[in-house]
This record gives sequence, structure tokens and C-alpha cells, in this order.
Amino acid sequence: MAQETLFDKIWNRHVVADLGGGYALLHVSRNLMHDGGGGPLRLIRERGYKVRNPELNLGTLDHAVTTEPGRTKDSKSAFSGRLDIMREESKKAGVTLYDVGEPGQGIVHVIGPEMGYTLPGTLLTCGDSHTCTHGGMGAIAFGIGATEVGHVLATQTIVQRKPLRMRASFEGERHPGVEPKDMILYLIGRIGTAGGTGYAVEYAGSAVRDLDIEGRLTLCNLSIELGAKVGMVAPDETTFAYLEGRPLAPTGAMWDRAVADWRTLPTDPGAVFDAEVEIDMAEVAPQITWGTSPENVIAVDQRIPDPASLDDPDRRGSWEASLDYMGLQAGQPIAGTPVDWVFIGSCTNSRLSDLRAAAAVAKGRKVAGSVTAWVVPGSENVKRQAEAEGLDRIFKEAGFQWREPGCSMCLAFNGDRVPPGKRSVSTSNRNFVGRQGPGARTHLASPAMAAAAAVAGCIADVRDL
Amino acid sequence: MDKFTVMEASAAPLMRQNVNTDVIIRVERLRDLPRGKLGPYAFESWRYDLEGNENPDFVLNKQPYRESKIVLAADNFACGSSREHAVWALWDFGIRCVIAPSFGQIFYNNCFQNGMLPVMLPLKEIEAMAAEIEESQGAGRVKVDLENMVVTTPSGRTIPFTLDAIRRDGLLKGRDQIELTMTRVAEIDAFQKKDRERFPWIYARG
Repeated sequence: MAQETLFDKIWNRHVVADLGGGYALLHVSRNLMHDGGGGPLRLIRERGYKVRNPELNLGTLDHAVTTEPGRTKDSKSAFSGRLDIMREESKKAGVTLYDVGEPGQGIVHVIGPEMGYTLPGTLLTCGDSHTCTHGGMGAIAFGIGATEVGHVLATQTIVQRKPLRMRASFEGERHPGVEPKDMILYLIGRIGTAGGTGYAVEYAGSAVRDLDIEGRLTLCNLSIELGAKVGMVAPDETTFAYLEGRPLAPTGAMWDRAVADWRTLPTDPGAVFDAEVEIDMAEVAPQITWGTSPENVIAVDQRIPDPASLDDPDRRGSWEASLDYMGLQAGQPIAGTPVDWVFIGSCTNSRLSDLRAAAAVAKGRKVAGSVTAWVVPGSENVKRQAEAEGLDRIFKEAGFQWREPGCSMCLAFNGDRVPPGKRSVSTSNRNFVGRQGPGARTHLASPAMAAAAAVAGCIADVRDL
Repeated sequence: MDKFTVMEASAAPLMRQNVNTDVIIRVERLRDLPRGKLGPYAFESWRYDLEGNENPDFVLNKQPYRESKIVLAADNFACGSSREHAVWALWDFGIRCVIAPSFGQIFYNNCFQNGMLPVMLPLKEIEAMAAEIEESQGAGRVKVDLENMVVTTPSGRTIPFTLDAIRRDGLLKGRDQIELTMTRVAEIDAFQKKDRERFPWIYARG
């Protein structure tokens, strides 16, 4: 029998029609929508199409919601009309929507796995590039554009070209202070933001198998920052234990049948990948970005690299522009760089384990006087669990703001912004020019590193605390 | 959807790597403005300073590139977010074709939903074409012929390119993918019937 990869097995079971030339019409077993889903829903309705399978779609509100403490469903902002469009359109279409204040509301890539909606072996789409996150559950999940969302809604299918397959194997044990975020940032630094372009990446190796589900979701979340639309981890006992009993997960005999199927999904031992990358965990230290691309990343104890060391003029130019924007000097140690803002949140790092890691650093310490520090839990459920554990108190006592769940300052869509020229250490996924607000300077790091920066008032090595 | 067949136009060299979709269109603009009004905000972070003054050094602020219909770029153009507004902002500015060695994959797919042609050529070819354009101070025009899959540089050099047949046909005919897929409803019905039997838990939540 042919030896197949995890990716191939899931892809093959979703092919409705072979369109030739490597393209297929694929069935979409799960489509998730955030508040941007109102547009495509309205568009297809106005064109006279129905949502073909409302039961295979699910919506929440995250990008445009305010994260102001004390908010309600009725909280208004300059652009909360967008929320009303999503509410109105999902109701018309018969699609379930988790609204503000309800368990299930939160960042779309946090709530999918948390509610047991994202299942192994599914093909999941969403109009958001970080949809790759869901691959941590053993699914093929990828972001699509607004017109493609309309196509999924009307037909429950999507036209895609089959990508090549890459395996990134992380072998060995994580050093203390090294989090899943550091593993994926390290890989991006090594192969670049286009290193995964055209591939679906399977993360494998002992260090990946050792990760809990939330760590796997973080790892897969940054696949798009490698250029890969799809990142995935094979489902295993950790996955099944995480899923069992979640609100939308199968139950009873159906659960047993599903698990039996999911056990057949992992890559066969003899399967061949189009590309292989191996990472020795001994090399991976806590990471921090210094530039305006996620590939501009170094270990926190290193110096800011010098563009003069590069031969390629395009690349040299982009490094120089990055340093200029970031207000940094080549050759200086990055640790010790003063910080104005700290943001702990986003679809990358806003889950309970992330908040626990940050709280462990914050406990008994104080946010430096010069720093504004925010914690934005990823979902209503994460927020409630964190409060039940007392994490909110630890953060508040340390001087962090404890806010309501949403995307917030990762992309500044809802007006949560880092002011111009201010320097932020952020647990999010993109350090692009202006991403956290016009002129904002973003350094990406893990939750523990972000908390360390908040209490130190500068970029700091979490291992020294 | 508009068709793309053949076009001869001014081409703006924007030879930077990893140009991301946040830079192509800022998030506030896609939140607050409809499609059709995004042109003035394409590349906002580079085109204007924080006070809104034009940056005279940015290529799309110079003549004749303000009227360019083609952009030349380096690797990994339009990486990042899935926002289709990146295509719409370029479109509203007047761009109909981007030539780069590689593209962000979601942006690449979005182009074909909107009549925009992304052409992949080797970096060396694009750099040489950019040099020709700069030597002519922008006067040299580039011809992109999708029918014959060939780019002609200002000096008359011809460079063939490839494009997947399904994508090429879609652009040449200006085809709407939803309408096309709707012709396969019977196949989708049959697929779901079988799928429901094999994987019933997909359809029965919780």
C-alpha cells in the first residue's frame, strides 16, 4: 500500500472533483467566520445564493469588538456596525454565532479548538490567514479571501491547488525558558518568511509530540509567517484527551468511531516529503524579533545583526529600512532595549497555558513605571477559567490591565493601538510596519518573554529572572 | 469579473522583498472604506508620512508611475494577512498585474477572484526589466500577454511565463467561480451523501 502523509490522507478524503493540473474541488467540512463574515454572507444573499450547509459553519465576533473592561453586547464604537451586520446576516443564514459575553465568543482560532468544533481529519477554512492554527488539531486548515468565503458559503467547497509537503522535525528537549513560540520563531529565522511558500508543513519530532494542544496551536499559528498556508501536527492521545467532552465534540458511540478513524491519520513511516527540515532543540533559546518581518529574529542574548554583513542588496536594503523604522543600532545587544508597551494576547498566545506562563513571571513583581501592559484573553472561556484560577488577580496586582477577549492590539482593527514611535513587546504574530498602529515598533516574543519585558521595562532574558 | 487578456502599460519597480498586505492596505481602511475607494490608501505607510504628506521618494508618488498598471516586485510579494482588500487597493489605484518571483499564497488566489494577473518570473529577469524601466525614466512600457503567456520588456526582450491552465482560463474569460462550481451541484450532493455515511460526526455536532 502506498505510504501517505497526514496531509495527503486528509486532502484525499475531501476531493469532490479532480480539476486537473494539480487542482481539486474540495469539500469544506468546517467553515469558521469572524465579524468579517458579514460581508460575504450578505454578498451571496444579494446574489441570490443560499448558505448551502449552515450546520457546517460557525461564527464569532473578535476583530472589531472592544476589549474595554465592562463591555456588553450593546457597547458601541465607530465601527461596531460591522458586528451588527454579522449578527443580522448569520441569523438570516441560520448560522450559529457566539456573541459578546457568551461562552464561545473569542478569537476565532481560539474558540474552534476550545469548543471542540475543530476536529482531526477535517478540512477547515476561514477568511483569516491564521486559520493554519487549527492544524494543531490534526486538520487541514487554511485562510482564504472574502470572495472564496462566499464560494464556501454557497457551495461548501473550495478550489485549491495541492501544495507540496514539508516536514519540520524538532528533536530533543526544550531548554527551560523556551516556549512553543520560540520553536516556531526559530524555524522562521532559519528558513525565512518564504521558506514554506507552496508547502503544507507537518511539524513532527519528539519536541512536538511532547507539546500540549495549546503549544501545537501556537506552533501551527505561525505557519503563514513561513509562507505556508497549512501547518499541522498529527493527532494523538494528547489530541483525543483534549477534545473529549468539549461542547461540540462527538459523544458516545460516535466519539469512539471518530477516534478509531483519527488513529489512522498520522503519516505512514515510509511516506516521502518534498522537503525536510530538522531542528535540534539544543540550539533553540528564547527568541525576539528585531525588524519588521518575523524572519528578523534572534536569541534574546544576541546582538542586533548588521546589514553590512549581507551581499544581497535587496535584503541589505530591507534590513536597513527595518532598523531605521525600529530605531535600533546594528551590533548592539537587543536585551536592555527600553520598552513602552507589552501586549499579551492574539490567536498566537492568548490561551490558558500562555496566561499561566506570563502570570508565573508576573507573580510578585511589578510592571515597570514606564510600561503600559495589557493582557487580553483569547476567549470568554479562557477569561473565565483564568479568573477562576486567580490569574487575573496576579496580573492586576502586578500592574497589568486585564481586558475582555478579542483580537485587540495584534492588528489594531478595533482601535486598540500602540502609539506612534512607541516600542512594544507583543505575543502576537506580525511585526510588520504599522501593524500595531501607525509608527508602532513591534518585537514578537513568547508570553513569558513579554511578561519579563513588562517587569524589567526593557527587553529581558526570561531565564535571568 | 473583468477579463485579463493583453495589456501594455507603465510598470513601477517596487523591488522590495516580503511586501506584506498590511503595508498594501492598512487595517483601518479595510474596516472603514468600501471597495472602490481604496486607491488613495494603497501603500499608505510608505506613500505618506504620519501627518499625511506625500513621500516624494516613494515610487508610486513619482511620474509616470502614478499611472502604472503593472508593479514589479521582489520575492514573497503580498505575504501576510488574507485581506482581499490588498487586491482591491491595488486595483483601485489602477494596477492590473504584479510581476514577482513569488507571492503570498492567499493573495495569489485572491488575484484570480478579481481579474488581477500575478506573473511569476525569476528575480534576475525582473531586476533587468526594472533597470530598463529606470534607464528610460519610466517611459519604457511593459507588455503582458496572457493569451500567449509572454512578457515583453521596454527594449523588446520577450520573456515567457507559465500559469496553471485553470487560472489562465478563468482570467481570459473573466469567469465567476461560484457560477462554475454551481454546475457541479450534483457531484457535491453525491459527495456529501457518501461523506455523511463515512464520517457522520462531522455533521452531528456535540
